[in-house]
This record gives sequence, C-alpha cells and structure tokens, in this order.
Amino acid sequence: MNRRKFVQLSGMGAALFSSGMVHGKIISAEELMMPGMDATAKKRLADVALNAAKSKGATYADVRIGRYLRQYFFTKEMRVENIVNSESYGLGIRVIANGTWGFCATNDLSVDSIAKCAATAVAIAKANSEMQEEPVILAPQKGVGIQTWKTPITKNAFTIPVKEKIDLLMKVNGEAIKNGATFVNSNLFFINEQKYFASTDGSYIDQDVHRMWPTFTVTAVDKKAGKFKTRDALSAPIGMGYEYLDGLASEKTSILGKPTVYRFSYDMVEDAILAAHQAQEKLTAKTVVAGKYDMILDPSNLGLTIHESVGHPLELDRVLGYEANLAGTSFATMEKWESKTFEYGSKIVNFVADKTQPNSMAAVGYDDEGVPCKNWNLIKDGILVNYQATRDQVHILGEKESQGCSFADSWDSIQFQRMPNVSLQPGKEKYGVADMIRDTEKGIYILGRGSSSIDQQRYNFQFSGQLFYEIKNGEIVGMLDNAAYQSNSQEFWNSCAKICDKDDYRLFGTLFDGKGQPGQSSAVSHGCSTSRFNGVNVINTGRKI
Amino acid sequence: MEILTKEEAKKIIDKVLAYSKADEISVELSGKRTGNIRFARNSVSTSAETYNLSLSISSVFGKKQGTSTVNEFDDASLEKAVRRSEEVAKLAPENDEYLPMPGPQKYLESKGFLDTTAKIDPVQRARFAKDSIIPVRENKLTGAGYLEDSAGFEALGNSKGLFAYNKSTSVDFSITVRTADGLGSGYGSGDFNDSALMDTKVATKVAMQKAISSRGAKAFEPGKYTVILEPTAAGELISFMIRAMDARTADEGRSFLSKKGGGTRIGEKLLDERVTIYSDPTDKDIPAKPFSSEGLPLEKVVWFDKGVVKNMSYSRYWAQSKGVAPILAPDGFIMEGGTASLEDLIRDTEKGILVTRFWYTRWLDPQTLLYTGLTRDGTFYIENGQIKHPVKNFRFNESPIIMLNNLEAMGKAVRTRGNMVPPLKIRDFTFSSLSDAV
Repeated sequence: MNRRKFVQLSGMGAALFSSGMVHGKIISAEELMMPGMDATAKKRLADVALNAAKSKGATYADVRIGRYLRQYFFTKEMRVENIVNSESYGLGIRVIANGTWGFCATNDLSVDSIAKCAATAVAIAKANSEMQEEPVILAPQKGVGIQTWKTPITKNAFTIPVKEKIDLLMKVNGEAIKNGATFVNSNLFFINEQKYFASTDGSYIDQDVHRMWPTFTVTAVDKKAGKFKTRDALSAPIGMGYEYLDGLASEKTSILGKPTVYRFSYDMVEDAILAAHQAQEKLTAKTVVAGKYDMILDPSNLGLTIHESVGHPLELDRVLGYEANLAGTSFATMEKWESKTFEYGSKIVNFVADKTQPNSMAAVGYDDEGVPCKNWNLIKDGILVNYQATRDQVHILGEKESQGCSFADSWDSIQFQRMPNVSLQPGKEKYGVADMIRDTEKGIYILGRGSSSIDQQRYNFQFSGQLFYEIKNGEIVGMLDNAAYQSNSQEFWNSCAKICDKDDYRLFGTLFDGKGQPGQSSAVSHGCSTSRFNGVNVINTGRKI
Repeated sequence: MEILTKEEAKKIIDKVLAYSKADEISVELSGKRTGNIRFARNSVSTSAETYNLSLSISSVFGKKQGTSTVNEFDDASLEKAVRRSEEVAKLAPENDEYLPMPGPQKYLESKGFLDTTAKIDPVQRARFAKDSIIPVRENKLTGAGYLEDSAGFEALGNSKGLFAYNKSTSVDFSITVRTADGLGSGYGSGDFNDSALMDTKVATKVAMQKAISSRGAKAFEPGKYTVILEPTAAGELISFMIRAMDARTADEGRSFLSKKGGGTRIGEKLLDERVTIYSDPTDKDIPAKPFSSEGLPLEKVVWFDKGVVKNMSYSRYWAQSKGVAPILAPDGFIMEGGTASLEDLIRDTEKGILVTRFWYTRWLDPQTLLYTGLTRDGTFYIENGQIKHPVKNFRFNESPIIMLNNLEAMGKAVRTRGNMVPPLKIRDFTFSSLSDAV
C-alpha cells in the first residue's frame, strides 16, 4: 500500500519535500535539456501498440508515450541538501475489451515489447470483465489528427544553469537569516511533461507541459520561551517557466503596508525577508479568542479551500463512488445537481472549470484521452450546474462529449478523472482589498496555506493559514496566532458576502494533489480574488503538553 | 522478474564497484514486482502488474556527491552509469555534512519474505477481489476496495566493503462498504507479509457489519468524550508521534521534544506509565529490512519506556556532532498492549464512543503535536458495556501526547498498517465539531 506516499503528497511542511515524489531515473542537468524521441518515431511506436491491441480484440485503445523530466532543489540554511534531476520514460497502453478497461505499461520500447504489452492489456481487460456489472460507455471523440501544444513559457527552467538556481536559494536563505530567521529551508521544483498521445480514434497529439514552484519555510525559535513559529512562502505553484522568478514590481501589491502579495511574477528574496520578520512577529502575536468572525481570505489561503470544498466534491467519479475506499464520496450528489436549485453558495458565487487558463497548472491542449480542452460552469449564481468528468462518465450527465478531465501522472499510471483548474470568478464592481478591510467591523484577514482537513464527503472542514491579522472597525490592529476556521462547505460558500474585483484575481493551487489507489499526483490551479465570508467559526489551536 | 539471490546481487554490485574512479562509491540494487486490483461499485475498475529492477550509484569526491541510476545491466551500461555519477559528483556543490561511508556491518536476520506472496498471480488477485465483491453484492451493499501485493529485494554495497541484502513481501487489502441508501459506511482492512494469512472475506465481513449498523446515526454534541480507538485509529496518531522523534529538530528547539530553555526532553516522563513503544526489525509480526539506506544496521530500539522518552533518532551526522551513536528512525513500531480484546474494552465501558478509523489527519501545531482529522466508516455510542447506536462523525483536535496521558485501558496489540497497536480506551478525547459525512 502506498499510504506513506499519499500522506506525503497531500501533507505539508518537510514531509512534502520527500524524494519519494521523484519517479524515474536520475540523470544529469545537461541531459534534461536533450530532446526526446521525435514525433514521427513516436507515431510509429504508437501505431504498433494500437494495431496490436486491435488484433487481440480491443474495441478501443489509446497509447501514451511519456518523458517526464523533473529538477528539484532542496536547501537548508547555507547548505544545498540535494539536487535531483530525473527522467522517466516509457509507454502505457489502455484498451477496452469485453466492455472492460485493461492497462499495461513498459519502459522497453522495442516493437516486440510494445506488442506484448498491448496483448497483456487486452488479457487483463478480458479477465476482469467476468466481474464487470456496467460495461464501459465511451463518449464519442472525433480523431483530431496530428496536433502539438506547448505551455507558453518564455524561459525554460531546465536551460537555466544549476549555479544560478543555487545562488538564488542561497540568497533567499542568507537574507532570511540576516533578518531574524533561526532556520530556513528553500526549494525549487521544475517539471516538464513531454507527452505523446495516440488513439484508435485517429488522434496523434504531442504536448510539452511546464510547471514550477519556488517555496521556502522560515522558522523563528525562542529557546528561552520554548517556542517556535514558521512562515511559508506566499508563492504559487504555477504553469510558467523561470520567468515567474523575475520579481516584477508591476505584479506585486502591498496591502496597507502589511503583507505583500504576488501575481504572475514572484520576488522570492523579498518574500523571504518579510517572512523572517513575520515569523518573529508570530512568536509574540496575540492568541486568537475563539468565536465568530468575518473572514477576509487572500487567494493564497482561499485557493486551498476552493480545492477541497469545491474542486474535489464536484469530481464525478467521487460522486459515483469510484473513490469511496480512500478519498471518499461527495455531498454534492446527483439529485442535487438534477434539481437545478441546489444552493451551493450565495448568489455572487460563480465557479468555472477551465483547462485553457494561461499560467494555470492544469492547462493543456488536450487531456490524456485526446479530448480538446475547454471551460465550463460548475456553479452559476450560487447554483450547482455541472461536474468534472471523463469520456466514460459524461453519458451519466447526459452530455455528448467529454469535458476533458482525464489525466495520468506517468506513462505507467492509468489515466482517470482529475481536477481541472476550478476558479471563483471575481466581483463585477470595482472593489479592492483595502475597501474590504475598511468595510469589516470584526474580522480576521488570512494569507497563506496552512493546515487543512476535510471529511470524506466534503461537508466539514478546518483550515489554518500562514498570517492572521485582526481587523477591528475597518482597520488592521495587529497579528493573531493559533487560529483556524471551521465550517461546512455549503454553509461557508453561502456566507460569501463580497468578492474583490478582477484586479486582485490571482492563481494558487497545488503541485502534488494526491488521489487514487495506487496514489497518483496531479497539479491544479485555483484562481480567485480576495473574498469575505461573514460569521465564520474560528477556533483557537493553542495547547500545552 | 526474478528476485535476485544474495550471491547474484553481490556479483553485479562488485562489478560496478570495480569500475569506480571516485574517492568513495556506493551501489544500491533493488527489484520489485508489484500487482494490484481495484474495485468500486462492486466491479473491478483497474488492475495492473509492474516490474522494476534498477541500480542506483552514488559516487563521492571529497564532500561532493553525485547519483545516477540505470536499468540495463550489460557491462557497457554499468560502466557508463558509474562515469555519469562521477561527472555529476564533480559538478555538485560541497555538502558540509557529508560523512565518509560506513564499512562492513553485521545485520540481524529479518523473515519478511514469503514464497506464498511472491507467487501471487492475476488469477489469485482476481480471486481476492471476488471473495470480497460477491458477499457485498449478495447483501445488496456497495463495495469499493483495493489489494496490492509486492515481492522484492534490496542489496547495498560500497567501496568500504559494506554489503547488505534483504528480501521481503507484502500484501495489503482494504475495503469500504456503503449501504444502498448512502446512510451507512463501514471499513475493514488487513496487511501481512504472508498472503496465506490474507482472507479478504474477513475484512469484508467487518466492513459490511459496520456499514449496516452505522445507518441512522444520532448527532452528539462536540466536547470531551471517553473513546475506544480501534488499532487503525490509534496507530495513525501514534505513528505521527514516532515520526517526529528526530533528535536534531529537538536540539534545534523546534519539536515537541524540545526543552524550554534549550536541550531535549530525553529521560522525561511524557506519557502514561503503561506506554512502552519500541521497534524491532526481527519482530515476527512486522518483520522489516534490518538496515538503513546507508547500510547501517537497524536493531531493537525502545522509544518510550513506561512513558519515559528513552531514545530519539539521530542521523549519522547529528550523532557524530553530539558524540552519540546513530539511531535510525524505524519502518514500523510496536506498542505493548494488554490481553483484553476490543470487545472486552467495550464491555468495560460505561459511556463512550467507539472509533473505527480517522481520516484526513493533519498537524495543526508541531510544537504540541496537535492534529486535526475526522472519524469515519463506523462511529458508535457505547453505554453500559454495549454498542447502543451509531453516532454522526466528529472532527477531533487532539495531540497523541495528551491522548497517551489520558489512557484508561489497552487491549491486545494487532498488526495494522505495518505497526503493532492495541485498541486504546482514552478519556477526555477532544471532538471539536460534527460532520454530516457518512
């Protein structure tokens, strides 16, 4: 069982940065820049797989040839703890035979091996069809012919010298320590998925996908008092190249002289300096008084709440019970959707699923079953209107084509339904964060991603954060500590009273979202503007042991 | 894939070591066959078998280290991989905390490899699934389950003459059964090294009973309750505590084991005096690999002795800087229990809540090891020694340190998720809110 890996992927802090996340062989940084197999050669291998599957009795087959490159940096104070360059390369074949899915994967790309793998996939499908109660119904997808798609990056992170990246992290760590941090860990994660997809529908799709995440944790220790506090980076994992680290002044905003927030350009050194000061400030911050508060949530905090309380509950496979043994099911059941009256949130709450959004992590041209990507409404004027689905599910929604939500984290993983970018639409009238603070009598303003937990049907949740500011009569009066907010997804989204305008709209998300058995990891972004939720229950998490 | 014998593995490793031109070299050779079968809505959804044999090489020049991996085993490929790791090492930044590789070691013998498990094939895997699906269907319930089996070996050698070899097998099964109306849900699981001990019907029966009897849950007010935590629930919280016993973080002042004013809490009585927790790679119920990734031997370590912090884990570097012997974090732990069964604990409880398992448990405060999470798949009210009725699930906010101070009684330890854990009766367990989830 891959439980430890699953916990690491969905957890926070040091455990998140485990080398267990690396799948593949270790290569040099130079090899990361070498081109993979050209598309013509991949098409030839794909045809071998598709023809072999058909000849063994498959009624449908798709093949994915994947080259997954990763470069991860791990540092601690003035020390490089590890640099990982890895490559994973191979081919996975998925078939339908006797109305049942079968799958096989291999990293031996000889013609014989591919044909044998295709035959095994068909044999597994036939063997398992004995226990099949519902034959697979696949939504039609017209072949798209030969296609290519690339993440529109301007600086390929893999071409930036290792030394430049280490220099950046050493500067981040050095400045953090100079400014009051006792300890600092910093990391860079770069991911490039070179994915080739072909199917018996007549699609041959070559895609080049880039994602990255710069992050750190600063720790301030007060040994005398026996206390320590941490502050994580306010960066976002993002579907961009190295240009995200340019630190453009035009992409940052200082909120009333307190926290500084970043959009599509991140100043890692500046954030580390601020983090060092704020970690010190947290050591003496006032402990929160439990009770009801109006919560002003920055996108760096609300992104995770959206992910857990809207993104996951609207995955159709969860709703149907396919994830019941681990991730769970969903409160957003089919009859609620069918009623067309289920009030998921207040009238100003609009959620869009979008796999085309620039700079987002789930943006691709085509999903992992060859469906062109698109956007669609999930929640419209507060009402639940749709789910996220794959080709073998959309017929349940009465739809004629898939929404394009299929994804596999590797060539040797079976593709299944994964979350598109799910984003809260900004408010229509001109309204900024300063206006929102001014209009709040008794509130807490939270930034950053903290501890998170939600039940297996996505009703009851509890989220914490990195920075908590107390608001009294329209002003920030100081920092708070030991706060977490508890609510119920539907109740919470119905308490959404105000959403800032599009000028404040930013993307956050998760680079390592865990789901499935065996566990797979996916990356997804969530956009929103700062939003206010009235009368939310806040608890004090302080304890003595 | 054949599981290489000790001799076959050593032959390959020795060949690789001979290619080295670095100051030091270590080689890890591992192979694994993993199979799985997953089902939901009473049908098999996915099933796969994967094979992986790979060799990882670490070359060192001074304090610079480089790694490469290879899965082709001809002489040319092996030599090329050695050269590549040497090139990477030369380009790597110095690691000030690098320590020279250890020399030959003596290891305990672990009996974690069973032929029965190594021989599982797709037909047997399908039978395990069928044994679970059929009774669920017959009872008009809905099951979702997952079985994963693996058989593999790991061998390690370095230029200082160290050589280590171990092989192991495992099989894990879990199932969640839900009632047709969605108002009841139950869970059952089992994990073994020996698949002969795996009977998916047993776990399925438990899950079905819990699903049926958890319908019609009543809402209780959140607050402090006496709870009986089944081993799966108790083990989850205790494993977080065991994983947080690193000496370095304690010395650095950022652990629950850090002492006010500096130093660590080693030797302090932190838990109830009945709590003794240790690890032992030769334990018959949870045999584990007897060496670390660097080839250091793993031996029996007592972490808590009668509630007192007895040992913390020390990396080689931290051990050397503190002048102590390295102590390595364990794969699994054993918490000593009593002789009572879970049923006995229930019978001896006047009022309490029975918890099957927890879900989405995450830390809130690493200083106090405060965790939050929810109960799931079978939460029941106990009155006068009997299960009276199901209750709605709760969110808890609790620390394993506080929990193990509020110990009322323990049952007999059983294997759960690779650990040996007794069912625990705990007073004043903190439930902070209610969940509507089933």
